[in-house]
Amino acid sequence: MKLCSLPRAELRRRLKEEGLGLSIGPFNTSLKSHLSVVAEGLEQLYGAFTLTGDADFIDFRVSLNSPPGLRSWFRPQVNFSFDGFVPFKPLPQIQGFAMFEWGLNWVIANNAHQYLIIHAAVIERNGVVCILPGTPGSGKSTLCAALVCKGWRLLSDEMALISTATGDIYPVPRPVSLKNQSIEIIQNYSSDAVMGEVVMDTAKGTVSHMRPPQLSVEQSGQPGTPGLIVFPKYTAGAEPCLVSLTQANALLKVAENSFNYSVLGLQGFDVLGELISKCACYEFSYQSLDEAQEKLESLI
Amino acid sequence: MPPESILLQFLSGSIEAELIGEPSACELLLRQARSANLLSRVAVLCVEKNLTPRLPQRMQNHLQSAQAVAVANHRSVRWEAKQIERVLSADEVPFCLLKGGAYVVGQSVAAKGRVFSDVDILVPKELLEKTERLLIENGWMCTNFDPYDQRYYRSWMHELPPLQHMKRGTTLDVHHAIIPPTARIKSDISKFWECTHKVAKHKLLYIPDDKDLILHSAVHLFCDGELENGLRDLSDLDLLLRDCSVRDEFWTELLTRAVELNLQRPLFYALRYCHALLNTPVPVQVLTRTAQGSPGKWAETWMDFLFCRALAPDHVSCNDRWTGLARWMLFVRSHWLKMPPLQLTQHLARKGYKRWMKHKASV
Repeated sequence: MKLCSLPRAELRRRLKEEGLGLSIGPFNTSLKSHLSVVAEGLEQLYGAFTLTGDADFIDFRVSLNSPPGLRSWFRPQVNFSFDGFVPFKPLPQIQGFAMFEWGLNWVIANNAHQYLIIHAAVIERNGVVCILPGTPGSGKSTLCAALVCKGWRLLSDEMALISTATGDIYPVPRPVSLKNQSIEIIQNYSSDAVMGEVVMDTAKGTVSHMRPPQLSVEQSGQPGTPGLIVFPKYTAGAEPCLVSLTQANALLKVAENSFNYSVLGLQGFDVLGELISKCACYEFSYQSLDEAQEKLESLI
Repeated sequence: MPPESILLQFLSGSIEAELIGEPSACELLLRQARSANLLSRVAVLCVEKNLTPRLPQRMQNHLQSAQAVAVANHRSVRWEAKQIERVLSADEVPFCLLKGGAYVVGQSVAAKGRVFSDVDILVPKELLEKTERLLIENGWMCTNFDPYDQRYYRSWMHELPPLQHMKRGTTLDVHHAIIPPTARIKSDISKFWECTHKVAKHKLLYIPDDKDLILHSAVHLFCDGELENGLRDLSDLDLLLRDCSVRDEFWTELLTRAVELNLQRPLFYALRYCHALLNTPVPVQVLTRTAQGSPGKWAETWMDFLFCRALAPDHVSCNDRWTGLARWMLFVRSHWLKMPPLQLTQHLARKGYKRWMKHKASV
């Protein structure tokens, strides 16, 4: 059963009582929250996700609620809790849904070392899985959102989960996080893009999330084989330009973008080496999203 | 009594293997172990007991992930020990790893799936200043610049304010004793040094003797009041005791050593709660003999009430209505043991005032 077929009242009841169980990529996640901003965010963006069954094993139990005390009346806040552990300082309550996304990123990055985790968007077309590692400001999320709107499959907007056992990439197609001007750019770019609430004045500026395509969510159980690594770099005025990277150079650059390369040690090095050896690796500067799409599609 | 914990049952070996394979029980074990920082130990024990293949795939994934963290911790502590030795070799300062670091470098049973967030070392008190200077000149820096905290550590504590490495971010606690000089219990640190062993292929790196690992862990657990990792430390004690007790003379030697170091009271608690909560096979006559370290019948009952709660996993499924209070009271107790009453009053007043000011500034 999918979240969108759950009646409004039942969704809210589950959030408040036993927790709403969702299958998010390889992770069963249970979320509790009393906040309407969280319930609304889920309705807008998580409709295509499958609900977990009563007897299912839940990997991560998280909650988003207001901290106790008078602050719930005066400038209300929200706390993210991972099964009782609170890793961050509270945020203004209006950022509740965004905090769910950020909190879940943190939980996965710190508790899923069965994968080598790379800070990257991951998309797929014609069976070719493309990793777009993201240094801040590179425009990886914008490029990812644009390509996804043009029919690429979304595997992840934030992290590439590379199985240490098989080298395959496991999808976690969650909402795509867009910041500042990117929100409007994507809205103008595609009429298919469905955006959640726009929240201003967060630590990352103005933030909104784009709903992941239904098909990508439905295919989230199917891992992919990586074939392409592209380091995007938005460059004003640039013609789209691909520059080949040597394998050694690519390996170092991907390692820099990994969340847990140092945790995995030698195993991390092996998995990364294996990954690089089966991928074509490029640096990619671009300005126009349409031209970028054309150029990338010429590679597959 | 607080609710029974599946993690305690697992660690004490009193749970059926079939039950752990059942998804809801298994998930509860995962949650309790994660909150007690014991997931990687559970992972290692599952491998040893050949349980892993019977667990749900999701649990196996979590165990694999947790084991990677422990392995990374161990790699890191060995590297840190090397780096510290390199730095301290400039002035030939000997140092002894304590707790987690000592378990790993000494390849003790308590290293199994042990995770830690900082490295603890002991140096001779007369070389403390020199040690600090060398470390600071070589990339470790002080992270707490509050003048009161600085004075608190330097005049009253058995350790320097924590140091952090600029590049690696690792935290280092430099101790000169195992108990604060102001504490009620006194223990002669020179006797502790006498029984340390130099680690093979090292010039300056020492680790404590097995019995002292146990006694130090007991002091830390039952006098220091930082009980977030209480069960993890109790499990260390359990593994060490089980491992050492295969030698016939071990118990007598341990009791003798506790007298030498004047640590009968912490040892009494350690054996009592290891036996009670983790089923550690402590012979009855040993429990009787350590009872000379008992605080008295009334206090014992009271301590049972507190420790049975505070040593359970810090997880919602293990709490009863007294758990929060128990943890708080043991925290207060640890301060009571660390400082004479007048000093404690001053310290609490000072801390309370600062917290209040900070709170006022944040509203």
